[in-house]
Amino acid sequence: MSPLSRLLGPILRHALLVLTGAFALLPFIWMISLSLKPPEEIFQPDFQLWPTRFAGFENYATAFTAAPMLRFLLNGALVCGLIFALQLLVCVPCAYALAKLRFKGRDTLFACVLIGLLVPPQALAIPHFVLLYVFGLLDTYSALVLPWIISAFGIFLMRQFFRSIPDEVIHAARLDGLGEFEIIWRIMMPMSAPALAAFGIFSVVAHWNDLFWPLIAVRSEDISTPALGILLFRDDEAGQFLGPLMAGAAIIVAPLLIAFLIAQRRFIDGLAASALK
Amino acid sequence: MSVTAMEQAHPSVPKARRHGAREAAIAALAVSPAVILLAGLLFGPALAVVLFSLTDWQLGGASFNFIGLANFQALFADALFWKALGNTALYVVLVVPGTVLLGLLVALLIEASPGLRGFYRAVHFLPVMSTMSAMAIVWGTMLHPTIGLVNRLLGVFGIAGLNWLRDEHTALLALALIGIWQGFGFAMVLFVSGLKAVPQQLYDAAAVDGCDGPFARLRLVTLPMLGPVTMFVVILTASRAFEVFDSVRVLTQGGPNYASEVLLTRLYAESFDYLRTGYGAALTVVYLAIVVALTLTQARFLERRVHYA
Amino acid sequence: MATITLDGIRKHYGETEILKGVSLDIRDGEFLTLVGPSGCGKSTLLRILAGLEEQDAGDVSIDGRSVNGTRPKERDIAMVFQSYALYPHLCVFDNIALPLRTRRLSFAQRLPLLGPLVPGRRVIEAGIRAEVEQAAAMLDVTHLLARKPGQLSGGQRQRVALGRAMVRHPAVFLMDEPLSNLDAKLRVQMRAEITALHRRLGVTFVYVTHDQSEAMTMSDRVAVMMHGELLQVAPPEELYRDPQDLRVAEMIGSPKINVLPAAYWHGQGLPLPHCVPASATHVAFRPEASRLGPPADGQLLGTVANIENLGSDLFLHVVLRDGPVQPAVVRLSPEAPRFAIGDAVSLWLDAGRLLAFDGAGRRSATYEQVAA
Repeated sequence: MSPLSRLLGPILRHALLVLTGAFALLPFIWMISLSLKPPEEIFQPDFQLWPTRFAGFENYATAFTAAPMLRFLLNGALVCGLIFALQLLVCVPCAYALAKLRFKGRDTLFACVLIGLLVPPQALAIPHFVLLYVFGLLDTYSALVLPWIISAFGIFLMRQFFRSIPDEVIHAARLDGLGEFEIIWRIMMPMSAPALAAFGIFSVVAHWNDLFWPLIAVRSEDISTPALGILLFRDDEAGQFLGPLMAGAAIIVAPLLIAFLIAQRRFIDGLAASALK
Repeated sequence: MSVTAMEQAHPSVPKARRHGAREAAIAALAVSPAVILLAGLLFGPALAVVLFSLTDWQLGGASFNFIGLANFQALFADALFWKALGNTALYVVLVVPGTVLLGLLVALLIEASPGLRGFYRAVHFLPVMSTMSAMAIVWGTMLHPTIGLVNRLLGVFGIAGLNWLRDEHTALLALALIGIWQGFGFAMVLFVSGLKAVPQQLYDAAAVDGCDGPFARLRLVTLPMLGPVTMFVVILTASRAFEVFDSVRVLTQGGPNYASEVLLTRLYAESFDYLRTGYGAALTVVYLAIVVALTLTQARFLERRVHYA
Repeated sequence: MATITLDGIRKHYGETEILKGVSLDIRDGEFLTLVGPSGCGKSTLLRILAGLEEQDAGDVSIDGRSVNGTRPKERDIAMVFQSYALYPHLCVFDNIALPLRTRRLSFAQRLPLLGPLVPGRRVIEAGIRAEVEQAAAMLDVTHLLARKPGQLSGGQRQRVALGRAMVRHPAVFLMDEPLSNLDAKLRVQMRAEITALHRRLGVTFVYVTHDQSEAMTMSDRVAVMMHGELLQVAPPEELYRDPQDLRVAEMIGSPKINVLPAAYWHGQGLPLPHCVPASATHVAFRPEASRLGPPADGQLLGTVANIENLGSDLFLHVVLRDGPVQPAVVRLSPEAPRFAIGDAVSLWLDAGRLLAFDGAGRRSATYEQVAA
């Protein structure tokens, strides 16, 4: 390689990556920039990244007071936490049985799980809605949580991982006198940390960001999740001002993005593993 | 009954069988919550959708009649349905190549040398993690005809911008751009994991065999070895694009003049805005059928085509 | 046909020095094996020779021509990899033909779709086809030409990799642990095939392995490497009989050579064997360089701990009194007087075949050898 091409290669690489990176980042930069500006600067004909008059405090204060932003975030945490906890409770024992126990109907059940993987959740919206309507649960936290506590994907993922754990571990645990459910919670779960992390990240990211179902199941602001909350805020009076609206958007996307930046590898590996099932 | 009691009661039952019975009992206990919920929340509802689609039920209505396939007949006669189906297909056709090619390009660039690898990966992955409804609002302001960043940037080059989201000709295009923006980082990550799996010895062999230019390596080793991942990314991107909803709902509500109406916004509107449950269910059945058919044929194709066996 | 000269090759990755100034002359048409434990730098040396990596210091020349900084394809070498590195999407024919195509077809002729239309391509392709078929016939893979590598067994992939290497008649063949992915039986068979191929082609082979028995059975000369240095370069027979370094003595030969510290004799109240120089710290002897007898005064004493009967040979493991934990291994012929496990024995060493080493592990000549 000539010295010139040796120099040119990296420059070209960085130049192109900065370009595509800018495409990825621009909405975030734009969002932050607008969230710090007073209205008159937003509508100025020439654009500046940093505001001349810093209006960040007002905008974020408006976002927090005009809409229950904190409430949205807490709702998101509560709903995602509940969903994942219940998913574990239901899916892990089933995955263990599918992976490690012999019983009649095992193959049929696994086939059902595989078929379940094919069904997009939006296709079940109507009957779920009817079910919750019948039980009078619409517009409650239960409406946000209940339809999701069975996850064919979670069963599948955990089953695949459990299968990779050697049977000897289980035999040894049985010889040590552990009951079958103790084995699940005390032996298999700790050994499956990577798979659990992948499942957890997948589940939380999916439900934090979901708009379709909350839009159907929930009307009141009090129990709105973040994705729905920001829409309610926009359609609200205060949301007509772009500064506070962008501040609101920043507040909504921040928790996941910060979590991601802290544990990048985990998130990327987890989501990639979930996809490469 | 204790174990010894059982042994006395059935001295002829071999030990292994009894052990098997115990294992089966535990298994039954372990799977029963999942089985009940699979039936109650997944397969039951799926069956219910099919049943609803054969009725004229409206949510809240006291009674309903089985009307056979009338809902489907109405659906297939509905120009709006075809419009939504066509728009969805167009959206998929726009988003898939954009996402896959951009993701591949970024993955190749990132893996080309170690400099700033982690930084670039994180930057490109941020959109994947972000809440679409919030970011769609942000995109809405970026595409704003006067104050939006896009038109301001175009203005720098002396190009007159459009009102992207309010123009019948560009609304779907703008939404596809947003779709690519959110998805290409994920494609990148999958391609990177595919690139890491390419054995170094193949590049060495290629160098000894006389292929050592970047493009020759790309053609002889990298791209063929990425075949399975590419197929997979295409399928994944396509099925995600097929489910597009959030950005449409937030930005255009299917408009203007249904130019950006897609299957899921149609499904939502019929089922939950107009509460035409039977009709919505018929639409859902069609949607479900398409998704399942796509997934199955693609999985077939995947198996046959890309395993170099 | 090529000689290879490596002169003062150095390489380090970060802080670790992988190669500490290796110099080696490889003769024209020779089968030279680089052997050593994993991590000793033998594969790195081969990759530097191939041009896949660049040395930090030192010179590589092939046929007297310096090839420093030149690319692999300019070095007239072929290489067989441990994983065979066949292109999984190409059939066997295309795999073998690839090195010929990249060299003989122009850029335009290699283009997909358009390539076949470019004038001249058909003639060249016909030539390539003939040569690929010839190579395939030689390796007995003609019936596999249409298959993909994924459909082949390990041994068949190995042959295809050899075919891809030999089809363009390189001056030098490089092989990096080519047999280590095969099962034991196939490995022995492929050893014979590779040496036969070497005799037939008559070109220079450089072969890397960690398996001393491969090195011993296949090579004209063996270069023993450890910790980035060459310990000794010699024909297998000489390496076995006359190792210049204790580590070479220990690496070559199976069962392993017996090593006793010189201090052991003092501890037993015995004089060192008379031929061993006083400077020696270790005395080593091969299993066949010792005999056993009933316990006798003035000899090394021990107990038979284990007997391995291989049919043609008997190996007796003798735990020496107050000696090292590792028992001494003695080879007896099956016709020799029988011993049973637990028997007390004395160990008689063949003075003419004792090897003495000094504190640095280097060979000290014994008086017997000086006399001879």
